[in-house]
Amino acid sequence: MSRYLARRLLTAIPTLLAISLVIFAVLDLAPGDPTGALPETIRPEVRQMIREAMGLDKPMHIKYLLWLRQFFWNEPIGLLEGALGIEIGNSESRLRITSWGSRGTPVFDLIAQRVPQTLWVVGLAYLISVLLAVPVGVISAVRQYSVFDQLGTLFSLIGYSVPTFFTGLLLIIVFSVNLNWLPSIYDTNLEVRDWRSLVAQLRQMAMPVTVLAFFQTAALVRFTRSSMLDNMTQDYVRTVKAKGFRERYVVVRHILRNSLIPVITLVALGVPTIFSGAIITEQIFRVNGLGALLISSIQVNDIPMIQTVTFIFAVLIVFFNLVADIIYGVLDPRIRYA
Amino acid sequence: MSDMKKLTRSTLRVPVVALLLAAMAVLLAACGTPVPTDTAAPAEPEVKELTILYWQAASLPGPFLSGGTKDQDAGAITLEPLASVDPDGVLMPRLAAEMPTLENGGVSEDGLTITWTLQEGLLWSDGTPMTADDAVFTWEYCTHPETGCTTIDTFDGVVSVEAPDDTTVVVTFDKFTPYPYTAFVTAQSPIISRTQFGECVGAAAQTCSEQNLSPLGTGAYRLTDFKVNDVATYERNPHYRGEPAYFDTVVFKGGGDAASAARAVLETGEADYAWNLQVEPQILAEMEAKGGGEIIVAFDSLVERLLVNQTNPDEALGDDRAEYLDGANPHPFLVGTPVAQAMSMAIDRSVIAENLYGFAGRPVCNVIPGPKHYVSTANDGCLVQDIEGANALLDEAGIVDTDGDGVREYNGMPLSVRYQTSTNSVRQKTQAVIKQWWAEIGIDTELLNHDASVFFGGDPNSPDTYQKFYTDIQMYTTGPSIDPQIHLSQWQCQYIPERANSWAGGNIFRGCDPEYDELFQMLVETPVGPERERLVKTLNDMNVQAGMQIPLVYRGRVAARTNSLQGVLINGWDTELWNVGDWTREE
Repeated sequence: MSRYLARRLLTAIPTLLAISLVIFAVLDLAPGDPTGALPETIRPEVRQMIREAMGLDKPMHIKYLLWLRQFFWNEPIGLLEGALGIEIGNSESRLRITSWGSRGTPVFDLIAQRVPQTLWVVGLAYLISVLLAVPVGVISAVRQYSVFDQLGTLFSLIGYSVPTFFTGLLLIIVFSVNLNWLPSIYDTNLEVRDWRSLVAQLRQMAMPVTVLAFFQTAALVRFTRSSMLDNMTQDYVRTVKAKGFRERYVVVRHILRNSLIPVITLVALGVPTIFSGAIITEQIFRVNGLGALLISSIQVNDIPMIQTVTFIFAVLIVFFNLVADIIYGVLDPRIRYA
Repeated sequence: MSDMKKLTRSTLRVPVVALLLAAMAVLLAACGTPVPTDTAAPAEPEVKELTILYWQAASLPGPFLSGGTKDQDAGAITLEPLASVDPDGVLMPRLAAEMPTLENGGVSEDGLTITWTLQEGLLWSDGTPMTADDAVFTWEYCTHPETGCTTIDTFDGVVSVEAPDDTTVVVTFDKFTPYPYTAFVTAQSPIISRTQFGECVGAAAQTCSEQNLSPLGTGAYRLTDFKVNDVATYERNPHYRGEPAYFDTVVFKGGGDAASAARAVLETGEADYAWNLQVEPQILAEMEAKGGGEIIVAFDSLVERLLVNQTNPDEALGDDRAEYLDGANPHPFLVGTPVAQAMSMAIDRSVIAENLYGFAGRPVCNVIPGPKHYVSTANDGCLVQDIEGANALLDEAGIVDTDGDGVREYNGMPLSVRYQTSTNSVRQKTQAVIKQWWAEIGIDTELLNHDASVFFGGDPNSPDTYQKFYTDIQMYTTGPSIDPQIHLSQWQCQYIPERANSWAGGNIFRGCDPEYDELFQMLVETPVGPERERLVKTLNDMNVQAGMQIPLVYRGRVAARTNSLQGVLINGWDTELWNVGDWTREE
């Protein structure tokens, strides 16, 4: 197992380097310019001065190496200093990755500001959808073609095929505009301190969480159901049943356990989408999460921010692929020894 | 199978139902209680909060390092200039005690200096004194080449800013400056504190993140928290020189889109003021009809116009396409013919303004549309569409359709134009209707659009920028500031973009008229007054009548305010939040 793990970890490094180079090259070659979003009245000479102040006119390989150094060396040291409260070397002169859109603001400070909202809203939605989807999928499979299964199929089809920007808008029009129950603007200044602010927090999270959970549950339910159905017809299930075990025992201990292997993989692979996948929903409800950060940086061509956020998404995807592989290995010994 | 069904029905139901209930309980707890303001905690006094919604979130509070209106306006709630411009385009003192003029000696006879006197006893929002030296510092800060200051042109021509004493600011220009109210006037040019930003000049401006995000101000409110690209929070400034502001806190929230921002003010009442509502006019009118608020519009100087390429953009010319070449490369049929005039006559500006721009547009015939005293009336005939007249004009000039394909020819060359603009639904609709009208006068049009970041991006390697202008016609919006001199200066021969200057220069349509240049030199030497007004009108008329630019729509800025919000005077010449300190709520 440890050799398997080491091999997977080692292959991750060149993968990530290659990804970072591709992201960098694509962004560098892409048309557009951070000063393009500035008012049309700003004169070309002024634009040129701004570009120079941002370091935009340096050749690409220099910018790339600088960024690598900042990302893999300067930033981690900064984090370490922050965590331990010490100073390593000359921390004043160590350049951090800074945003162009909000000039001078370190990219990682902005990301740190955004992660809690994303985790609260998108993470909660993901948790709810996993908790809902597995039982619903199991019942749907066990009672195939029952009313429950038909309803489940109907809802998951709707959830899967209706885009989140539509359900989001629908909820806003029903619950904010017509009923006036829930806020349509996410208040990021809200601190949960007492019962009242907790209620306010839950109220403002209700709609984005529902929208996201609806969408994700739909996909997972279908997957769990079909995985269960695959296993229910297997020989070992008949054997266990023939031994006279209780139905519940058969379903939970044997069928479910085997069916969950691909489901868990899917869940693990889906974790990075917690960070990246809610871009539209965050935009609709004005949740200032990572997705909204990425969108606003793209709008103003804030390249250091786009690079860093996109690369972090890539790191998360590679990491959770690894996690999925490991879980797979743990759950299914055949893979480990293969 | 049926036995199995029975069994599972009873065994599996319990945990699932419990789970579903738990999930629903969370959601119910969240939505069950409608607006919990009146029920709990009577001890807490109601906080008077003003919520301003900008669908583009601010990335920095201030105009210096980020040129977006959103950033300038986020700064304008706390930062102040020496003088503001009111909605009618009239200057009014702010930190200055009075407006310096020729009459009171504040502006020198030779037009080289302007002397401002600050009000007595001004304080920064941390209680430290604000002096004339801070104005000197602001000038040093913004004009340092490595700062990369986006509003550096407010200091154009300024050779020095001096503070002979704590309340006197002397701005000296390099030459006679007819309109000296540029530096430290409007929200583009506010004053910042030397004590706070002293270490942040030049390249260091990029690393002063803490200062950049929490500037001290002198306005009615002061910044307490700034979340980049999200929300800025302000409180009443206890050191403000005037009446304390009405609201306890101001929340400047960003993000989302224009339509939902309008909805938040007009329908749900979650915000008090929403900015820049570029929303389909019909949708906006429907929202306003619900009665929750009011749409307000400010007109300043923005004119959506067509630029008519005076050079030949033919691809076959290779590197010489759209190059002026000292007049050796004129457009084959748009220069020296009445074609551009006919194109202008064929357009029904009211249809575009009313149907595509709605609240935000009026038909316009001038490239200088305001302030009032600078507006020419010589071109108002364009307000009425005249397709017949346009056809007659072309027929008379002998530009007729000789081969019967519905397209006229000039010297054997078909009147076939390529027409580009940025990608934007209103612009594409405008292109489509204009194409139809031009077809009616025998001009064939090919429509193109490019992403705004490319079209306006200025990348010298891209062929699709508005500076390169590799098409016959292009369309976008621009306009003069309150004094039109800088805007008019761009149309002199010397500012034609070309290879040699890497396509820098504002004479985008590449028109050169020595008479225009001569008249412009007179404008530069004429102080504010009736003579200056006459010159501006003449320059405007020369440009429009030569068919170099075809004005289409006078574009306003659309905002919405909730009914209870009082004191809003929307302003096109300065920030919309110029008088935010006077805003109140009707109890």
